[in-house]
Amino acid sequence: MKELVKKVIEGDAKAIARFITLVENRDKDALNVIGQIHEYTGNAHIIGITGTMGVGKSTIIGKLAKEFVERGKKVGIIGIDPSSHFSGGALLGDRIRMQDIILNKNVFIRSMGTRGMLGGLTGAIYDVVKILDASGKDVIMVETVGVGQSEIDIVKMADTIVVVTIPTLGDSIQTLKAGITEIADIFVVNKSDMPNADATVMEIQIMLEMNKNGAWKTPVIKTIASDSEGIRKLLNKIEEHRDYLLNSKELEERRRKRYEAEMIEIIKRRLMAFIIDEPKLREKMSSLVDKILSKEVDPYTAADEILGTLLK
Amino acid sequence: MKKIRVLVAKVGLDGHDRGAKVVARALRDAGMEVIYTGLHQTPEQIVETAIQEDVNVIGLSLLSGAHMTLFTDVAELLKEKGLDDILLIGGGIIPEEDKEALKQAGIAEIFGPGTSTDEIVEFIIQNVKK
Repeated sequence: MKELVKKVIEGDAKAIARFITLVENRDKDALNVIGQIHEYTGNAHIIGITGTMGVGKSTIIGKLAKEFVERGKKVGIIGIDPSSHFSGGALLGDRIRMQDIILNKNVFIRSMGTRGMLGGLTGAIYDVVKILDASGKDVIMVETVGVGQSEIDIVKMADTIVVVTIPTLGDSIQTLKAGITEIADIFVVNKSDMPNADATVMEIQIMLEMNKNGAWKTPVIKTIASDSEGIRKLLNKIEEHRDYLLNSKELEERRRKRYEAEMIEIIKRRLMAFIIDEPKLREKMSSLVDKILSKEVDPYTAADEILGTLLK
Repeated sequence: MKKIRVLVAKVGLDGHDRGAKVVARALRDAGMEVIYTGLHQTPEQIVETAIQEDVNVIGLSLLSGAHMTLFTDVAELLKEKGLDDILLIGGGIIPEEDKEALKQAGIAEIFGPGTSTDEIVEFIIQNVKK
């Protein structure tokens, strides 16, 4: 395992891929050493790309990656697609739109299923981003599943968030609703050769003018990703946002929040594992469930009792 | 929480992807994580994808007649990269008389038209290296 971690830090593709699998499978040995890579992280610019399904997220990422590589950057891509709640299986198809970068030595692409997580990401995402970061990638792009209106977990993960939409996905009321419209650092109106693109851009701009999100003014960029149109402009804005984060100390603030969220996530997971693995507690839980059934206690009191035993 | 990860790939110049999609869907429904590459993959792209995605299985689909070259190329490239623990299977229009040579080259099984998807699922579960 030590050897594997060393190779990950050296940027060995096979080692990175293997380590990601182990972490995704929640392998005990891998989770014991994952902490060791923390000191090698923090150099990559983490970009979250989100939006409804079919708006062109994968295509945009493919084109951005090509442009980043041309500018001398090493790129990591994580494409997340939904796992079935019924079979647990998944069809991961984000690579289809990234054909021309597959053989590029400076690009590493990994497809992941959500494996039961809601919110647009997958449970192991913090760790997988860390692995790519530690392996020396300059840019990491995380593509969320095609989200609806409120899957905004990407906020806890990314330095820069790009929200992608297309013309005529809804009227001005849609832009007034809360949810993913609130989290964008950059808005993209893709497929802007479709009718009403300018009207869509304007609706979004009007919505953004009412936002109070500090010194950064969220730009709205028109792209036709399949023809690479607008991609360079988008990439320039992404880099501008990174500079803004660095200069305004907001990067540190965002990362602080991220580490806090990550720590809470780990505490939750370990606590749950502890409760469920401990035979005595299991016994107690089962007897409490009996009491809840017979209305002797209510579920809240029962939960407090379990927590009470833990804290002793 | 181990999952079988399968790369389903259309290799070479062949645009018939109905079968590959049906198989991909069936494997998904069997609880596997299926990475679908789309059309026109070269053997190099397939092997590179297999490395990055850390798959246990590669399923190649080909209906153009170039299977002797392309399937064999993928098998050889896998060996060269030290990935022979990946279970390699193929499907499509493959004449009976070619099957033996392909198996010799390292393709574990060939599934022709009319194969039930259950049979493919079962074969993978039985033969995948844990």
